[in-house]
Amino acid sequence: MKPPAVSLLRLSLKCALLLICSGVLFYESAHAEPLAAPAPARAAELRHLLRQDCGACHGMTLQGGLGSPLTAQALAGKPADSLVATLLDGRPGTPMPPWRPFISEDEARWLIRQLQQGEAP
Amino acid sequence: MKTITSLAAAVAAAVLLAGCATPALRGSGDLGVVIERASGSVQVVDNSQRRSLAHISGLGDLSHASLVYSRDARYVYVFGRDGGLSKIDILSGKLVARVMQAGNSIGGAISTDGRIVAAQNYTPGGVKLFDADSLALLADIPALDEHGQPSKVVGLADLPGNRFAFSLFEAGEIWLLDAANPRAPLVTKYKNVGRQPYDGLASSDGRYYIAGLYGEDGLALLDNWHPQAGVRRILPGYGQGQDKQPVYKMPHLRGWSLAGDYAFLPAVGHNSVLVADSRSWQQVAQVPVYGQPVFVMAEPSGRRVWVNFAFPHNDTVQVIDVPSMQVIKTLQPGRAILHMEFTARGDAVWLSSRDDDKLVVIDTQSFATVGELPATSPSGIFFSWRAARMGM
Repeated sequence: MKPPAVSLLRLSLKCALLLICSGVLFYESAHAEPLAAPAPARAAELRHLLRQDCGACHGMTLQGGLGSPLTAQALAGKPADSLVATLLDGRPGTPMPPWRPFISEDEARWLIRQLQQGEAP
Repeated sequence: MKTITSLAAAVAAAVLLAGCATPALRGSGDLGVVIERASGSVQVVDNSQRRSLAHISGLGDLSHASLVYSRDARYVYVFGRDGGLSKIDILSGKLVARVMQAGNSIGGAISTDGRIVAAQNYTPGGVKLFDADSLALLADIPALDEHGQPSKVVGLADLPGNRFAFSLFEAGEIWLLDAANPRAPLVTKYKNVGRQPYDGLASSDGRYYIAGLYGEDGLALLDNWHPQAGVRRILPGYGQGQDKQPVYKMPHLRGWSLAGDYAFLPAVGHNSVLVADSRSWQQVAQVPVYGQPVFVMAEPSGRRVWVNFAFPHNDTVQVIDVPSMQVIKTLQPGRAILHMEFTARGDAVWLSSRDDDKLVVIDTQSFATVGELPATSPSGIFFSWRAARMGM
């Protein structure tokens, strides 16, 4: 009765793998779920802030200046969480200031998502 | 009677025709150019009549654009963020030459003899020299430190004798460029001048070059009468150990910081204007102001100093009285005041209100608003007196 035991083991392994995979999938989909966009008026304010005030250092077209570029290409592969943290709390040792006084965490997450998807508002 | 009428009509027609063929002669001494940062355009304005004369578009990305004047004050060279260098005839209102000279640019300068236009670039970091007539490239000076690492170039300013000075943000260096032979310029490097120089200025006599430091309190000073003495630190430790506040817009430095016996300089990370004696370079005052200064500009008379502020205080402008070193006026001329420019003798100051899409003209004696002009997302205002002034 060895073969069935092996296949049972295989089966349970498969199940475990499936569970893990679906867990990961679930986890990822929870995070990839589109964040609720801010209300239109606030979105317009954020767009203005991004283009004009972030743009003071990063360029109005986000191609960079004294600050690094914020194009999707430039932000590709960078963990969203650390970008959100940089946006909210600044980056010590560089001129990047903390924007937490002016934008909420959800708004920061939304902005970073938009930037990384190349759909800067 | 009929003959007289038709004669008059003929004369009028001839005058009209002549008017069409050749625009009325005029000087350019009271003209200026305003950057419209969002639309890639500029306006030519007349600061005597307070009106717009021409609108030139198609200049690329002008967010953070600046310009310099040809020495005849007829042409301006506009340095766009996207690396575009545009030469505009402000009398005809026409773009006459344009080159893409870098990936990411920040400003420029023009040589003592007016023949060389120098552009300072972030990407690739360095300075390029161009023929002022044709915009043909003369020289390319990459800003590489001793390890070959590139730096962004900031604070490019002209000095007497076809020389230029500029600073390297990452490397913390000041370089002097002697462009006596513009195709083979000579570089003198001053290392370890301080952390993260963010901008620089040359005094209007060309003697001093000062780089402001972001990475530490103080500024770096080079005396061009004694360049061998090297760069020294001025106003060290002006923060006096107080926590630095976040800076939401880098301050800007230019020659209008120096007037009379004083230098008026923005404190970085503090809501104050630093005042130094421009002979001893010792600090003589620290004037508390409403926000973090961006432009600290002395009136041409040197009697008062106007200050605008970084986000989120950029709806306000303050005026410092120099003898008393006190703020004597606080104005709210519009939303997002990005820049100020005095007329040549300082009777009026023009301000750009980015978020109200207008230029505001204020009488410097009465502080009354004497005019407003529409402009699309205006930033820098540059009057033609700059043509004749070093460090501008």
